[in-house]
Amino acid sequence: MREVVVGLGACGIAAGGIPVYDRLKELIDPQKDQAVLKQTGCVGMCYREVLVEVREQGKRTLYGDVTKERVDRIVEEHLRAGKVIEEWKVGEENEVLAKQKRIVLRNCGKIDPFSLDEYLGVGGYQALVKVLNELKPEQIIAIIAESGLRGRGGAGFPTGTKWKYAAAAKDQHKYVVCNADEGDPGAFMDRSVLEGDPHSILEGMAIAGAAIGADHGYIYARAEYPHAVRRLRHAIGQAEEKGYLGNNILGKGFNFSIRLKEGAGAFVCGEETALIASIEGRRGMPRVRPPFPVDSGLWGHPTCINNVETLANVPWIIINGAKAFNIFGTGNSKGTKVFALAGKIKRGGLVEVPMGISINEVIYDIGGGTISGKPFKAVQMGGPSGGCIPAALGDTPVDYEKITATGAIMGSGGMVVMDTDTCMVDVARFFLNFTQNESCGKCTFCRIGTKRMLEILERICAGKGEEKDLLTLAELAEQIKSSSLCGLGQTAPNPVLTTILYFRDEYQAHIKDKKCPAKVCGALVDYVINSELCTGCGLCLKACESGAISGEKKKPHLIDPSKCIKCSKCITVCRQGAVEKR
Amino acid sequence: MTEATARTSEGTVLSPFSKMLWRHHGEPGMLIPLLQAAQDAYGYIPSLAIEQIAEVTAIPASEVFGVITFYKQFRLLPLGKYVLRTCKGTACHVSGAELIAQTVEDELGIYPDETTKDGLFTYMVVACLGCCSLAPVVMIGDQAYGRLTPEKVRKIIKQYRRKKEQAA
Ligand SMILES: Cc1cc2nc3c(=O)[nH]c(=O)nc-3n(C[C@H](O)[C@H](O)[C@H](O)COP(=O)(O)O)c2cc1C
Repeated sequence: MREVVVGLGACGIAAGGIPVYDRLKELIDPQKDQAVLKQTGCVGMCYREVLVEVREQGKRTLYGDVTKERVDRIVEEHLRAGKVIEEWKVGEENEVLAKQKRIVLRNCGKIDPFSLDEYLGVGGYQALVKVLNELKPEQIIAIIAESGLRGRGGAGFPTGTKWKYAAAAKDQHKYVVCNADEGDPGAFMDRSVLEGDPHSILEGMAIAGAAIGADHGYIYARAEYPHAVRRLRHAIGQAEEKGYLGNNILGKGFNFSIRLKEGAGAFVCGEETALIASIEGRRGMPRVRPPFPVDSGLWGHPTCINNVETLANVPWIIINGAKAFNIFGTGNSKGTKVFALAGKIKRGGLVEVPMGISINEVIYDIGGGTISGKPFKAVQMGGPSGGCIPAALGDTPVDYEKITATGAIMGSGGMVVMDTDTCMVDVARFFLNFTQNESCGKCTFCRIGTKRMLEILERICAGKGEEKDLLTLAELAEQIKSSSLCGLGQTAPNPVLTTILYFRDEYQAHIKDKKCPAKVCGALVDYVINSELCTGCGLCLKACESGAISGEKKKPHLIDPSKCIKCSKCITVCRQGAVEKR
Repeated sequence: MTEATARTSEGTVLSPFSKMLWRHHGEPGMLIPLLQAAQDAYGYIPSLAIEQIAEVTAIPASEVFGVITFYKQFRLLPLGKYVLRTCKGTACHVSGAELIAQTVEDELGIYPDETTKDGLFTYMVVACLGCCSLAPVVMIGDQAYGRLTPEKVRKIIKQYRRKKEQAA
């Protein structure tokens, strides 16, 4: 029987995957066509969504950019006439996959996330079986420690060590918490794993539970991820029914249940102590550590908190052994890392690479360079806690320590690529705006200091920057870093500091010359109508509220710079793309 | 939704929220799930629900209110028929989200967190919708629209308006 598989991760759905699926369902007659229709999670090549794969004996064909309208031809020609439609095939698949190594994403885009049988079919829950049959808790922890696995949630704490502490804590109740809050803007690795392979997370949690002696688990999932929540809930039900979760699992006397908690929209709740407060039903505000959650976490009980990607590695390591994992990577960074490639990249999507490969390899060899064809300028890593690594440092390997040395951080895996059309001062302002909004308000410097930094950056972007601003920014940054309780404040200045470090001349251009080299900051550019593109339709003239635009019908229009308030309205109404910032 | 209809629905609908209220037996950590259920039932959290939740959980209403205002998900005002979310995540930002947001504001004539007079749209700005490779993105209800231009956004909003006119 042939299989027709539609990628229905959130990206696939957003790109129109459901109508494609429905149309295929309408057309395919399982008997006549000898084909069944299936769905899977994120395939990784989000830039070609909707993706439809046809699996036949010994052969697979991947179609990209499929629309509802294209489905008919795929069914007619491929399924019924046996003719592959070459021009719709994703030709570059091998190129995209060549440098990747899929451990975390081993099942994503392959299995149906709603099917426990398919998960079992690829060796699912075998690691849990092995753990309960063959391994003592110390042995599980030893394997994880030997593998060199470090937390993928951002801080990179060795997972084996964390489990050892949690196992050593003495209490009647202990908890395992999966941190699925993924709040970094520009990151969607965890979402894809939750959507594409939910059982692997449940299995990882159960193994953690067996290792540290916990009887309960919580998954704290981000509110904005409805598909992930639905699939997790479904998977928990299946695992309970089949006895992989619940009481006396596999008859081995091990009890472990998992509950799902939905976040309510607060970035700071990704921080572990805030997350605990949020599960307990309070405002999600971080507290002083120690005590660390492994000693006193949920309701005062020892709690081991791990990130989604960290947990997804666990079953693979148990089955394949620590050595199979730590042959990948560098000195202190073992295994693989999943990145969400986005921004001005040609092939945006989800990639998983062995640690140690260079940023350039990820961006050029896998991502295909910038989508605009313009030079790659910088890549933002680590979201609001991270920084911008300039193209000149593109040889930096993917390695916790090496990336930290640049001033950015590995972070959870967002990689937002920027080209020469991106203004770095504006990017710094963007992140400060984010952290300033998301600060919970507990620490004064994080609450007010970020606000002051934001005001300065806004001033610089508005062309009112002063020479001393850079010093003030650096000073505030130091104070915020040293007087904030949690990672949010401690790292909030990083995007500003790294952009000042690597793109100082761009700041100077804003401050001294009152110019925005990338032509982004509205106040520092002139709005001009390109007379070759303008058709004189008059839409901008009508939209302009300050009466700055003039021109006769069907003749190129003009903007009077002395009246223009740079509101961009003309740009939003022009259908020819004739209004330019110069 | 007008104030009056909201109030009648407060009294009459026996939603999963009401059932949760009934069943609540003081297990810890239920405040946020209760608030989420209330919001699912009404589209926002009416003051009556705050009082009910405070009563069953024995958490002071002031504290319940404090939790509501801490989290972005919770709303104290009724929503429009469609919630339009403009993504301002990093990927969307560098791909022109600002222009998209401005187009939405122009087209709807409201600022973020407001509802249009006809009750059709509530407009929100969010930090990231997680479909970064489709940037810039706008989501209306559960439907995401990617790779947008100002022109496309206007078209999409007009489609929703037309749908409403046809229904009327
Ligand atoms: C402001 C802030 C936000 C965070 N957000 C997340 C998040 O979204 N997901 C995550 O796994 N860890 C996040 N963390 C890190 C967690 O506090 C914690 O280190 C992590 O979940 C531990 O798991 P790991 O050891 O497997 O990485 C955040 C930390 C801070 C300070």
